[in-house]
Amino acid sequence: MKLMDKNLGLVEVQKLEGHTDRVWNVAWNPAADGVLASCSADKTVRIWEQSSLTRSWTCKAVLEGTHTRTVKSLAWSPSAKLLATASFDGTTCVWENFATDSESVSVLQVHESEVKSVSWNASGSLLATCGRDKSVWIWEVLPENEFDCAAVLTGHSEDVKMVLWHPTMDVLFSCSYDNTVKIWWSEDEYGDYNCVQTLGESNNGHSSTVWSISFNAAGDKMVTCSDDLTVKIWKTDISRMQSGEGYVPWTHVCTLSGFHDRTIYSVHWSRDGVIACGAGDDTIQLFVDSNSDSVDRPSYKLLLKKEKAHEKDVNSVQWAPDKESRLLASGSDDKMVKIWKLASEP
Amino acid sequence: MRSGEKKMDSVLINENPIIYPKRPRRVRTDQSNTDEFSVDPIDQLEIFDRIRDIRDPEHPKLSLEDLNILTEESVEVDDDKSYVRITFTPTLPHCHLPTPIGLCLLAKLAQSLPARFKVDVRVAPGSHDKEKTVNKQLGDKERVAAGLENPDLVALLNKMMQV
Repeated sequence: MKLMDKNLGLVEVQKLEGHTDRVWNVAWNPAADGVLASCSADKTVRIWEQSSLTRSWTCKAVLEGTHTRTVKSLAWSPSAKLLATASFDGTTCVWENFATDSESVSVLQVHESEVKSVSWNASGSLLATCGRDKSVWIWEVLPENEFDCAAVLTGHSEDVKMVLWHPTMDVLFSCSYDNTVKIWWSEDEYGDYNCVQTLGESNNGHSSTVWSISFNAAGDKMVTCSDDLTVKIWKTDISRMQSGEGYVPWTHVCTLSGFHDRTIYSVHWSRDGVIACGAGDDTIQLFVDSNSDSVDRPSYKLLLKKEKAHEKDVNSVQWAPDKESRLLASGSDDKMVKIWKLASEP
Repeated sequence: MRSGEKKMDSVLINENPIIYPKRPRRVRTDQSNTDEFSVDPIDQLEIFDRIRDIRDPEHPKLSLEDLNILTEESVEVDDDKSYVRITFTPTLPHCHLPTPIGLCLLAKLAQSLPARFKVDVRVAPGSHDKEKTVNKQLGDKERVAAGLENPDLVALLNKMMQV
């Protein structure tokens, strides 16, 4: 199915009800098909699984009683053995064997106020967190669900909304209420991380809060979205960085504007090149590079716009990690999680 | 004009606020709409009625309307687009209380309006030193949500919304 097929639509597969307050984030299990986690202002995390028999989704577990305030964000470790959750209660919890008799929860309590985001690096050896106290923390992951603080990064002048490790290299990205994206890199393996680049208004960056970041599969392109109602694409020469040349800066490729008319909260780049955005205008919009087959400059176009994807703001969108399913999960202020499929409409 | 009440044990930022004469409330004329299934569009006055009596955080016996923080013109509504914008005017350009007023407006309208409405609250342009800062905070729903989980702030907002 070619991406520029005119009959493509985002088809609603199922609506998952259960959360009793807004859903802030959704995350697919990276190691098992058909398993999704969601987190909410209702202070819980729900794990949803697709039955191999009936193909329908049910709630398999509710992780509650640990966080005392909104759970804002969550992330599975690459092996999916651990699940990290970030909460307004100021803690980051890492769950092992959740919802079983051998459940163990590590509580990282370092941020001075709400924790907004958590991210694992590609190998699962490092965990990053960030929050309203403007700091970014990097943790070394030790055996037995233990963590050692490896770095405390200050530099943002405001609330840090999201942290995300690069998909192939141990380079950390953060985005903030201060309107910038910061890139943190350590020259050597001893973990002395420094801010090596700031993408701000002066280098074609956003003019308001940056809410979310996502990378393409190759890791040489990045997409960011913002309260300034735009989506921006960035690129770097990743092969030069991977060959040990040192840090190679990211540069702006293009800005997509005029598509959303409320804050864009979430952006996610699928393995096959489709960028999904979820926004406060209740829509989910998909973008692709219409020149990806040719040597021409990239040209990002709207693939489709799903109006009223939810009854209220869409806070999170995430593509399933596998290559074939083309499933997209979304979470909203309307308390719902939805599963969608990008498919040709009859 | 009455002078503001003086508390013995705390210093008010604006001790002598100007109190404005209340505009008479418009009585809604009986519309001859006999269709029980039709829904009237939400209009400016209806929204203003929901927020005009919110108490000022510093002067609980006075409403936002009494202090001219809100007037009917503060309310912009587009029912077709399900959009509302409230523009309020703090009594002093340097007072530190616009954020609770803004949060109270957001909370009150979230309770009163149908779920389809998007609401923006801002400080009147030129009316406050920290205009951009306050507007950005009020426009960040994650910051607003976290603020509304603060029990002290919730207690203040509830006091402001008591009629």
